[in-house]
Amino acid sequence: MSDTRTGAQIMCEALIREGVEVLFGYPGGAIMPFYHALPEYPQLRHVLVRHEQAAGHMAEGYARASGKVGVCVATSGPGATNLVTAIADAMMDSVPIVAITGQVAAQFIGKDAFQETDVTGITQPITKHNYLVTDVADLAYVFKEAFHIARTGRPGPVLIDVAKNAQQARTVPQWPDRVNLPGYKPTYEGNRRQIREAIRLIGAAQKPLILAGRGVLEAGAMAELRELAERTGIPVITTLHGIGCFPENHPLALGMPGMHGWVHNNRAIQECDLLINIGSRFDDRVTGKTSTFAPHAKIIHIDIDPSEIGKNIRVDVPIVGDAQNVLRAMLEELPPRECRAWVEHIYRIREQHMPRQQYTRPDTDMFMPHDFFTVFSRIINERGPYRVCTDVGQHQMWAAQLIEWRHPYTHITSGGLGTMGFALPAAIGVQIACPDETVWAVAGDGGFQMNIQELATIRQERLPVKIAIINNGYLGMVRQWQELFHERRYSATPLWNPDFVKVAEAYGIPGICVTHQSQVEDAINAAYATDGPILLEFQVEREVNVYPMVAPGASIHEMITESPMEVV
Amino acid sequence: MKHTLVALMQDRPGVLNRVVSLFRRRGFNIESLSVGHTETPGVSRMTIVVDGSQTNVEQVIKQLYRLIEVLKVSDVTHDPTVARELVMVKVHAPASRRAEINSLATVFEARIVDVAHDSMILELCANPDKVENFIDLVRPFGIREMLRTGRVAMVRGAHAHAGDPYVKVA
Ligand SMILES: Cc1ncc(C[n+]2csc(CCOP(=O)(O)OP(=O)(O)O)c2C)c(N)n1
Repeated sequence: MSDTRTGAQIMCEALIREGVEVLFGYPGGAIMPFYHALPEYPQLRHVLVRHEQAAGHMAEGYARASGKVGVCVATSGPGATNLVTAIADAMMDSVPIVAITGQVAAQFIGKDAFQETDVTGITQPITKHNYLVTDVADLAYVFKEAFHIARTGRPGPVLIDVAKNAQQARTVPQWPDRVNLPGYKPTYEGNRRQIREAIRLIGAAQKPLILAGRGVLEAGAMAELRELAERTGIPVITTLHGIGCFPENHPLALGMPGMHGWVHNNRAIQECDLLINIGSRFDDRVTGKTSTFAPHAKIIHIDIDPSEIGKNIRVDVPIVGDAQNVLRAMLEELPPRECRAWVEHIYRIREQHMPRQQYTRPDTDMFMPHDFFTVFSRIINERGPYRVCTDVGQHQMWAAQLIEWRHPYTHITSGGLGTMGFALPAAIGVQIACPDETVWAVAGDGGFQMNIQELATIRQERLPVKIAIINNGYLGMVRQWQELFHERRYSATPLWNPDFVKVAEAYGIPGICVTHQSQVEDAINAAYATDGPILLEFQVEREVNVYPMVAPGASIHEMITESPMEVV
Repeated sequence: MKHTLVALMQDRPGVLNRVVSLFRRRGFNIESLSVGHTETPGVSRMTIVVDGSQTNVEQVIKQLYRLIEVLKVSDVTHDPTVARELVMVKVHAPASRRAEINSLATVFEARIVDVAHDSMILELCANPDKVENFIDLVRPFGIREMLRTGRVAMVRGAHAHAGDPYVKVA
């Protein structure tokens, strides 16, 4: 008898075996046996959230900052469906999380039992893989497989739905030492012949360009990317999710491309004769109209997921593999070269369309969001280790554009799904992964309210998260589209907002409201001086737009800049 | 052009659903799909027919490979294959026309599997062209009910499901 365990105990022990230290979750009927077992395993820290969606985003934030698998837990039915948005978010952004949900007991499945939902059915299209476990004997190997699948190859979310009877039944666990997945064999090494072809193209190109994405960060290939750029002199564009994989204070760093990318980047893409895509998936926010994207370029695409190659954009040299391995293999044989004339050409465009420093400043003393971001960028870079989680909307794009990103894994945002409500819970997960760093949640007034209840989690867990709300009184990004493409009809975008400082205070968190640009620096410094969490509200000019912009459906060189409708 | 794909997959719960739902959400058009067990316990085999002019076949194969249970996918379109489809047709068959139907069945080597007072069920297992042809000729008698299984295919000779190797190289 002594060797037997309940399914719930097996779940906890499996988590410990996988190196899990923290779970983000919310209890309920179908997961109660698991919660019953949890206190026996003090190595597992459980963070009680206030909404299961937030548990999922916390697991994502934790995973993205720590490089480990994030774990979230919910009960069946509504608990599980509340996780759905975060799971879809993790799928789109290739974030390794394992979601554990309770399910009604096996004999009730299919009977519309209380809080029964077909969660494996619902999450099938938004998970890398999922499981329904109805037999306690399956738990040990399912957990092993789930973590393996989540963290290997192209990472992603895996869901394990565990019927209540399987949590309660007892067995002697059979711990597998290896996974046995004959149909799952990610390719890590790039094909030699293709790598040689890529080297040849790099040698032959006049106007080569690197497009670096999240895959570089996932593979930890920052040093290799830098070596590649420095040895060849090829400039590096980083996608929204690639931010941080190449330091933006490096002379060859060009910043972001695409819908809100810089003019010089989009122009360079349209002019280049070789585009080396490392770990980015040619998202439509990067490519604009695909038929006119990079019309003169040969394209090398390095990706660990073969299905990304040729999905959106034709590719001349496909290389399936881990970015670090592929780049290392490439660097073994790559001769040095230079591209000075080409780089200077791009610099000249950049000077004409000076991005970071210049924007139209109204001659009143109105407080522009840009003022916040430029000061913020300077201070966080001076102050030492930081992480910044952004939400979705205008502020997300300004943060990507205006902060000088120098370090990997410091920028965490919901890019693929564009999930409002992401920043605050993600920051909580990040703060738990990085207790000694300054973790910022930067959100709009709209998105912040989508998971505002997590202020309670911050308080309960005593986390020193710093919050900055960019309050423009609108669903800003939607308002911008209404202004530009819907005849200024501001349908359902003005927001009545609460007093955010008072809200914070109600949760036991201090707050400061900033209404003038002269106060920005002091407020940010005050946040650094505060030991615990703090909320800063920045009331900015209400109708500012993010430029440059490519209109939806347009080619990326057809950019709207600050001088209205200038096509560059 | 119609492509014939052969997919081998672990026979775990829900795998058929995963495949079909993948086709739906990626907007891939399936012409036909048939599935059953193989010589290896725990391994199912699917024959999938897709129209290459509407659907990017290479993407279909790559996306199928993303499913954890999928072991191997081969495009056997350009291999010499034996392809079969089963059709059952219930035709209007008054006594006066039975001889005619009988002789048509004989020519096609179709089997008569049921005879009622004014209808017959014919069954034919043949390559898909012959099946088409047979249905065309039977139609004038009046089809009351018809079913087809969709294509199954096997590569000739010693190779097991040969197919295009490009996906493995990529
Ligand atoms: C959950 C969700 N609902 C709706 C949207 C559509 N959406 C994209 S940006 C945006 C406005 C965001 O407004 P706010 O949070 O105030 O940020 P701002 O754009 O003003 O910086 C909306 C509604 C979304 N991305 N996510």
